[in-house]
Amino acid sequence: MFPLGVGVETGLLQKMAGGVVWVAALLASMLAMERLFAGDYADGTLEQILLASPPLPVIVLAKVTAHWLLTGLPMALITPLAGLQYHLPLPAVQGMLVSLLLGTPVLSLLGALGAALTLGVRGGGVLIALLILPLSVPVLVYGAGGITVCLAGEDAQAYWLLLGALLLLAVLFIPWVIAQALRIALE
Amino acid sequence: MLFGKVSFDLPEGGVLLVEGRNGCGKTTLLRTLASLRQPESGVLLWRGQALLRQLEEYRRDIVWLGHHNALKDDLNALENLHIASVLQHSTNCRADAAEAALAELGLYGYEDLPVRFLSQGQKRRVALAWLLLTPARLWILDEPFTALDAAAVAQLQSILRSHLHRGGLLALSAHQDVGLDGENLFHLRLDDPQYAAPVEDEY
Repeated sequence: MFPLGVGVETGLLQKMAGGVVWVAALLASMLAMERLFAGDYADGTLEQILLASPPLPVIVLAKVTAHWLLTGLPMALITPLAGLQYHLPLPAVQGMLVSLLLGTPVLSLLGALGAALTLGVRGGGVLIALLILPLSVPVLVYGAGGITVCLAGEDAQAYWLLLGALLLLAVLFIPWVIAQALRIALE
Repeated sequence: MLFGKVSFDLPEGGVLLVEGRNGCGKTTLLRTLASLRQPESGVLLWRGQALLRQLEEYRRDIVWLGHHNALKDDLNALENLHIASVLQHSTNCRADAAEAALAELGLYGYEDLPVRFLSQGQKRRVALAWLLLTPARLWILDEPFTALDAAAVAQLQSILRSHLHRGGLLALSAHQDVGLDGENLFHLRLDDPQYAAPVEDEY
């Protein structure tokens, strides 16, 4: 929508691209977040999940993966289209793809953490945003920064490594924290 | 705190029947038994060992059915039973066994209908059909008779009785006669003064 609204000024569009795409990714991951555990909580399935034989963090990771497949992955898949709209050169489009593939899973995990912490709270959606937006700042900075560096024709490897490190940390630790938050929510 | 000094021993084929007025802690006690929450004080033993040391094995050996049926509205009855089976035992239950269980509870012909189109009592029956499929030994049922008609109540009673005769264990709460009088029944009236919560010291 942005390129349609802003007009066809190539330089301006190129400069905005990284930030706009990342804010869009953040919004996409936030929108469905509130319902990630709310349905299971309301119909009692979450109790059964807590008592299930697979470890809770594994089930949580599966749910977050499903969320990412529906929000983060489509975002990454349409990057070629976005690249065309923003007049990006090929290296920048590749950079955008890499940064979204590495960064959006972290957003999904963080959002799920917010959803677990606000489970059963009325108006939880707003709280999730308040809790999670500050935590997603590093992802946003490195993701959008990497795209800008690619645009300048330089090597953005350092950004991708940092994003990758964030992703690994998030995958390792956040499911356990979510599991704990869910246990507390159901006590 | 809701209650204290509750102590009981459930032998094979034994029933724990929790009764009492609303809000006296029946659900809390059963949720504690189901390991969904920890007791403030005291200890739970399963086969003579502390529950916390063997949570995984214990959870494979129990069925918990709370106020909610834990059914997904968009899935049909068979799929819901499959989910329950995968969650508890990590395997799919056999389709013909699941169909037979549903048929026994009077849901023949409703297997392929999304659960959202079923009535409250029928949903409860789907949830109860899981009891016929699970090999779990301890059934923890929180007011299992709600929303059921007279025929279904009688049927559930006979299901519970045959579970007990196989040496299964049962803990349930109810407001009406559960029809298990001949069994090894342990009555727990939670609103009895002897179980009153200890008065907390004030400073």
